[in-house]
Amino acid sequence: MMNAPLRRRASAFSRFAAMFVKEFIQLKRDRVTFATMIIVPLMQLLLFGFAINTNPRHLPTAILLQEDSDIGRAIIGALKNTSYFDITRIASTRAEFDGWIKSGDILFGIEIPANFARAVRRGDNPSLLVVADASDPVAAGTALGSLDGIIGTALRGLHGLPDNSGAQPFTIVQQRRYNPAAVTSLNIVPGLLGTILTMTMLIFTSLSVTRELERGTMESLLSMPIDPLQIMLGKITPYIVVGFVQAAIILLAGVTIFAVPIDGSLALLIGVTILFVTATLSVGYTFSTIARNQLQAIQMSMMFFLPNILLSGFMFPFAGMPGWAQVIGQMLPLTHYLRTVRGIMLKGASASDLTTEIIWVAVLTVVVMSIAVTRFRRTLD
Amino acid sequence: MESQNDREIAIRVEGLTKSFGDKVVVRNLSMTVKRGQIYGFLGPNGSGKTTTIRMLCGLLTPDSGQGTCLGYDILTEADRIKERVGYMTQRFSLYQDLSIRENLEFVARIYGLENPTQAARDAIERLGLKGRENQLASDLSGGWKQRLSLGACILPSPDLLLLDEPTAGVDPKARRDFWNEIHALAAEGLTVLVSTHYMDEAERCHEIAYLAYGELLTHGTVAEVIGRSGLETWTVTGPEPHDLALELESTPGVDMVAPFGTSLHVSGRDHPALDQALKGFKARKDLTWERSEPSLEDVFIDLMQRSRDNFVEAKP
Repeated sequence: MMNAPLRRRASAFSRFAAMFVKEFIQLKRDRVTFATMIIVPLMQLLLFGFAINTNPRHLPTAILLQEDSDIGRAIIGALKNTSYFDITRIASTRAEFDGWIKSGDILFGIEIPANFARAVRRGDNPSLLVVADASDPVAAGTALGSLDGIIGTALRGLHGLPDNSGAQPFTIVQQRRYNPAAVTSLNIVPGLLGTILTMTMLIFTSLSVTRELERGTMESLLSMPIDPLQIMLGKITPYIVVGFVQAAIILLAGVTIFAVPIDGSLALLIGVTILFVTATLSVGYTFSTIARNQLQAIQMSMMFFLPNILLSGFMFPFAGMPGWAQVIGQMLPLTHYLRTVRGIMLKGASASDLTTEIIWVAVLTVVVMSIAVTRFRRTLD
Repeated sequence: MESQNDREIAIRVEGLTKSFGDKVVVRNLSMTVKRGQIYGFLGPNGSGKTTTIRMLCGLLTPDSGQGTCLGYDILTEADRIKERVGYMTQRFSLYQDLSIRENLEFVARIYGLENPTQAARDAIERLGLKGRENQLASDLSGGWKQRLSLGACILPSPDLLLLDEPTAGVDPKARRDFWNEIHALAAEGLTVLVSTHYMDEAERCHEIAYLAYGELLTHGTVAEVIGRSGLETWTVTGPEPHDLALELESTPGVDMVAPFGTSLHVSGRDHPALDQALKGFKARKDLTWERSEPSLEDVFIDLMQRSRDNFVEAKP
């Protein structure tokens, strides 16, 4: 009589144990899940810990020198000393300077006007112009905040300055371009356009080939006279339409609800969006040719999505990331698309301003598509 | 230039070998199938039938060996072969979430038929699926799925059909209809290579080949295969056939005992030994003995047993 309930309890446990052991074995065999479990937290830790910097320093800055003077050099030296500004370019005309800001090559432009040194020495309190690309308010914010501090320190140790300790020797005029009120949504909405497209497009196509494998339809398909390029284009094209519709919805909502402007050409925006959607679909399709089942495909998509969020400049300023993170970021179509979209929508940039970024997206698309076509298994070997 | 001989040959392969990992699935397989023939492919599960069929249509690359299919090299001209071959997979492999019509139109477009809509409509009529063309393929019963698959295979009017266990799990009436259709197609000049487990289907083939453990053990017409087997078979009827079978099986000289209804087929390869073995049993009054032809099944089971013995012995 005593044995019966005991035996029962034991068998309930052994059933649990059976299930546990089975699950454990399956987990161990499922390499991709296993890799996801290890890589995702590591990746998050590394990216958040090292790559992300909401107080970015060493931001690319151009100088427009209208005169060469000891005071001018002292100010540039002080700017460098804040470690927020890296003087990467010297402009010779105002137009050159404006063009760089529009294309995103520099985040700041500093103009030292003619006769600046003389005006300071005379005590005329001249103006120094600092132009900031404020389309990403986070990146521009702290650097601009540091400017006030340099007025006092820049000229220390220089001779021949008027001794009027109350007044400031010069004034810094800040000009925030593209998003003067530092409204976050203006920066986020164009970013979301790219991010949402990345996620949905990835998921759609990453399933497309594995679904055929899982359902057994691949065997028939491969026995028919159709080649991998035709299969890929046939699978991707419907989703270009889907992506286009998604983009239209996001843009419409952005313009009507968040009052995000579209300063540049709508046609260019559409063209670039289609190119970007194609790039992302190709990435998803490539995963699909590598994954053995739909779950693996989703896992790969998620692993790809994470750096897209963190390293593309969507969430955190690109310029603030260390070199290695910027290199990874450059390899992501989203990085270039974000710059393009922000350029078109907020800065009114034209195709010629954005040539480099557009070429990047196009090249990445071709590279990824070639990988997909060569990865596609034409046989069941 | 193709010779006259080549034009009469649909499939000619030599020394095909294929392994997955360290498991040899097909070993040194050579075969020839004449055009317009129905060629039966028999063998137990895992004997390499499907792998061979897949190598013929370019779905798998042989590790070694060579050959042609419809005159095209199976190693280098898979694309050409695919255009002229209809391959019906063992598992239903059309799109379950597409309707009958959509599936057929898809196939018609892939093969570049001039008017896919019309081609699909004709096929639906031929298949007797009129009125159901908008049903999803997933809603069809096994028999209808098989008809649809065959319909899709012959839609682009191929020269060769490769059918991998097309009638598995299909009821007898549907099976008979299916075979009538296959014969009608062969009469029009189509070559058909069909794998099956059913002996009655094997007997409907012009020629058959038997595979076990990746090796082609025998081939030829049904009569040739039976004649070449060297089996002597007796049919015995009597009470308690089960006990009798056990008794016979343990008698040296008897290689195989198989129940057929209320009687037993008793076979042996060594004829004098079999006579010797049966002497005692033949003296029993309650048993009726009759000399008979070995059936195809007897031959195959004997072949399989012998090849398994060889296979096991060959392993260290």
